[in-house]
Amino acid sequence: MGNGTSIGRVRGLGSAHSGAHHWLLQRFTAIGNLVLMAWFITSVLLLPDLNYATAREWLSSPIPATAMALLIISTFWHARLGLQVVIEDYVHEDGTKFGVIALLNLAIFAGAAFALFCVVRLALGGA
Amino acid sequence: MANRPLSPHLQIWKWGPAMLVSILHRVTGDGMALVGLFVMLWWLGALASGPEHYDLFTRCMTSPLGYVVLVGLSWAFFNHMMSGLRHFALDIGAGYELRNNKMWSILSIVIAVVLTIGFWAVICLR
Repeated sequence: MGNGTSIGRVRGLGSAHSGAHHWLLQRFTAIGNLVLMAWFITSVLLLPDLNYATAREWLSSPIPATAMALLIISTFWHARLGLQVVIEDYVHEDGTKFGVIALLNLAIFAGAAFALFCVVRLALGGA
Repeated sequence: MANRPLSPHLQIWKWGPAMLVSILHRVTGDGMALVGLFVMLWWLGALASGPEHYDLFTRCMTSPLGYVVLVGLSWAFFNHMMSGLRHFALDIGAGYELRNNKMWSILSIVIAVVLTIGFWAVICLR
C-alpha cells in the first residue's frame, strides 16, 4: 500500500484485496446468462410439454445440447464468482475464508462437470 | 483491518428502494446459486438416467412444495435479471440521480413480478 496518491491509499483495502478482473468476469458471465437464459425460457415456453420423451429429444439435438452446455458453464461460473463475494464479505478469518472458497470451487467444478456429462450422454445417445 | 471503521449494518439505515433492490439482488443470486443449480443438476441427472428417475423428478416438482420452489426460482431469476440490468446501467455511470435511481429501483422489482406472472400465465394457458 502506497501513501503518495489517493488511489494508492485505498488500493487493496476491500474484503477481497483485488477485484477488477473478478468484476469484469462477473459482467461477461452475466451477459452469457442473459442470452442463454433467454434461449432456455423461450424454448421451455415453446415446447408442448416437458415430459421425458419431449425433453430428451429436445436436449439431444445439436444446437440445444450446445446451448445447454454453454448455459451450464456460464451459470456455474457466475455463481462461483457471486458466492465468492458473499464469502469474502462475511467470513473474516483468513484460514476459514481460504477453506470455504476452496470448497466452493470444488463444488462448482463437480456440479458443472456432472451437468456437462449429463448433456453429453443425452446428446450422444447413451441414456 | 481491525482498526478501520466498519460501515453500519442493515438496522441502522432508513429503508429505501435502492437498498431493497440491492439486498434482493444478493438474496436471489444466492438462492439461484444454491437451490436453482441444484434443481438444474437434478433435472439433467434425471433426464440422463432414464424415465423412472425423470418420473420422480417430475412428481416432486409438480407437488405443492415443488411449485413453490419453481415459482420462487422463476421470480428469483427475473428479479436478479432486472436488478442485474440496472447494474449494467449504473456501471456506465447512468441512473445515479436520486429520482431516477429510486424510480428504476422500484421498476426493476415491479417488472420482475410482472414477468414472473407472465411466464406462468403462458405455461398455465398452453
